[in-house]
Amino acid sequence: MAIKILTEHSHIPGIETFDVYRKNGGYTALEKAIKTMSPEEVVEEAKKSGVRGRGGAGFPMGMKWGFLAKPEGVPRYLVCNADESEPGTFKDHYLMKTIPHLLIEGMIISSYALGANKSFIYVRGELMYVIQILEKAIAEATANGLLGNNILGSGYDLELVVQPGGGAYICGEETALLESLEGKRGNPRNKPPFPAVKGLYQSPTVVNNVESIANMAWIINHGGEAYASVGIGRSTGTKLISASGHIKKPGVYEIELGLSVEEFMNSDEYCGGIRDGHHLKALVAGGSSVPIIPAHLVYKTANGEDRLMSYESLSDGGFATGTMLGSGGFIVFDETACIVRNTWNFSRFYHHESCGQCSPCREGTGWMEKVLHRLEHGHGSMHDIDLLVDVAKKIEGNTICPLGDAAAWPVASAIRHFREEFEWHVSHPKEATLPGAVYKGAAVLA
Amino acid sequence: MEDNKPQVIKITFDGIEVEVEPGTTIMQAARRIAEADSSQHHLVPPAMCYYEPLKGSGGKCRACLVKVAQGSAKDTRPMPKLVPSCITQVQDGMVVENVTNPAVLEERKGIVEFLLLNHPLDCPVCDQAGECHLQDFAFEHGSAKTRYEEERRTFEKQDIGPYVQLHMTRCILCYRCVYTADQITDKRVHGVLGRGDAAEIGTYIEKAIDNDFSGNVIDVCPVGALTDKTYRFKNRVWFSKPVDAHCQCDKCSGRVTLWYRGEEVIRVTARKNEWGEVKEFICNTCRFEKKKTSDWVIEGPTKVQRSSVISANKYRADVIKKPDFALKLAASQYKPIDDSRPYITDDQTIRELSIENNNKANQRSLAEKN
Repeated sequence: MAIKILTEHSHIPGIETFDVYRKNGGYTALEKAIKTMSPEEVVEEAKKSGVRGRGGAGFPMGMKWGFLAKPEGVPRYLVCNADESEPGTFKDHYLMKTIPHLLIEGMIISSYALGANKSFIYVRGELMYVIQILEKAIAEATANGLLGNNILGSGYDLELVVQPGGGAYICGEETALLESLEGKRGNPRNKPPFPAVKGLYQSPTVVNNVESIANMAWIINHGGEAYASVGIGRSTGTKLISASGHIKKPGVYEIELGLSVEEFMNSDEYCGGIRDGHHLKALVAGGSSVPIIPAHLVYKTANGEDRLMSYESLSDGGFATGTMLGSGGFIVFDETACIVRNTWNFSRFYHHESCGQCSPCREGTGWMEKVLHRLEHGHGSMHDIDLLVDVAKKIEGNTICPLGDAAAWPVASAIRHFREEFEWHVSHPKEATLPGAVYKGAAVLA
Repeated sequence: MEDNKPQVIKITFDGIEVEVEPGTTIMQAARRIAEADSSQHHLVPPAMCYYEPLKGSGGKCRACLVKVAQGSAKDTRPMPKLVPSCITQVQDGMVVENVTNPAVLEERKGIVEFLLLNHPLDCPVCDQAGECHLQDFAFEHGSAKTRYEEERRTFEKQDIGPYVQLHMTRCILCYRCVYTADQITDKRVHGVLGRGDAAEIGTYIEKAIDNDFSGNVIDVCPVGALTDKTYRFKNRVWFSKPVDAHCQCDKCSGRVTLWYRGEEVIRVTARKNEWGEVKEFICNTCRFEKKKTSDWVIEGPTKVQRSSVISANKYRADVIKKPDFALKLAASQYKPIDDSRPYITDDQTIRELSIENNNKANQRSLAEKN
């Protein structure tokens, strides 16, 4: 049985209530941290654990905490990014609705470590019922003296606020989130200054993903070194993977980083394999914004090594032959999936979600969507394929926030690996526009 | 700590060394170079959204992206991405490549293309023509052809009062008018609504923008999205004669530029510097009400600036000084018919070319990664 750090107790009925959570060892880490450790020691444990940001970028959390500026007399804030809206990613949603107290406990420990007296959980607005669950959990924790003034008699005060977002994908970008939290239009800020120096209300702020913060309880209970011993290399710990697509058992799975993709895909414990009678065609390994990879690169890297579920192994080969772990949105395509249509769909999403602040993203995402629409509907030309590559290249890296990259990568990678399929849409417009039509020549894994 | 900081910072911009104060941005440093030597004017990165007098502006249009080949004397690594020169502060020993870097020029060409995707190409009927920053930018950095075939975005006309005409279709969302209303006037009633390429400048509930300084949004608008209703369609700007003048005004400095057609004052604007920026904002009374010569004390003809419409032959390719690099490149690659896209109708050949390009790109990507 693989190690479970986050979802160990998720099967217990009533775990969302304070009493059951407490009975199963909940809030012991909080007691340990507040009663026996100094904030610096907590930060030190986070650094030792090597836990990397689970929102997608994979930046080491302890290091991020270390960057937090600590000027005298200025409040510091911790903001939890629960604005999970990446297509294919639904792990935070699962975690918050199942074990809300794990996040609350993590938030209190992290706030204590950073010296924040007011912390925010910014939840995606569509998840109203999750907001209610969190608010109930906060009320329970407050009633039991674990939140509010003078927590556990330590003299440490913390107010925890749940803020619903307006349902914009862009507000998952940390500076756009902060703008939104301040009550402004959710436009990403120009960096520098980074939030660690000037964040919420121009004060030093740390923004972390739900899953990253939820890890803190286990890290305090077992020690950072124990956490670092789980996983592989610099990809320490476990990761929640949201598996979806043409697999037998879609759902949220907690895996130890370093598990092979092949095992994750085919083991009955996890995805259970491609649905019967079908074959693997492509994989998006980390949510819609990472590059898509074709079947022959899923289980093996271009060098012939086993592909593992880790930050390093998934990105092995760069953008030419690799992808990214991202936020862990594992979307599997079998041979019935049309890559052109799928790329168009992703691109439609980014067009809709671009904030419109900087020109490459505002104009480029719409342009790519229109060209892909044309290709998908049989009106494209061969020039359009190169045009897409060029537009994607001109967006990538030239925008204020990573949404531009996120819009460009899926398009560029789909054309890199599935160019024939795009060409087929151009050369066989009649066949390609039939309902459910898919290019038959794509390589699949038997 | 403070004493250890250098009082002047040396940076190299396109091979030219310049000394500036700490806290200066790359754009400002480039402008200092041009101010000292007017023959270097073409080196200054274009600015579509950045507006020095407006706090917080910049970073949005990405027109001024430059390559930082060396971060500073201490950290000699190049910055991984192109950076917006308008908001990136200089470091001692920084080496910046602007028109000397082909990637920067290529990206600028891309930005022109992006900005023009949804911008109507109706310069012949647009009031801003001749003093339009986008027109200048497109002329200097863009390509003569478009690859965009789809329908352009348009908007319903919105009435925002008796003085200012909003033509949202032409807007490039630079946010300058929003910052102006925020910083110059008491109460901002307009802002950006909506998202992505559907974002628009508006007042949400249709409402007149009514305050003493509302007219300044016309001056800051880089394109023809906000124009003067008392002047619209009266004249082409290059047929008028700008004259500096002033008057006693209790609301503003009263220092303006009058635009004459013959003996008639057809327009009043604030004075702009050589970067097309207003330093002293003027009030609506001066701008819209005082249109008689007798209202003003004439100082003399306005010094004609680069960004001014009067500079003769502005759009003649043989007169304008384009970036040296682009000229050299163009000369070396000149062919009687010049088109970046191959005119090949044979699908098989196109396919082969595409695959070849694709492979090259993949190899480059691999090489970069390794």
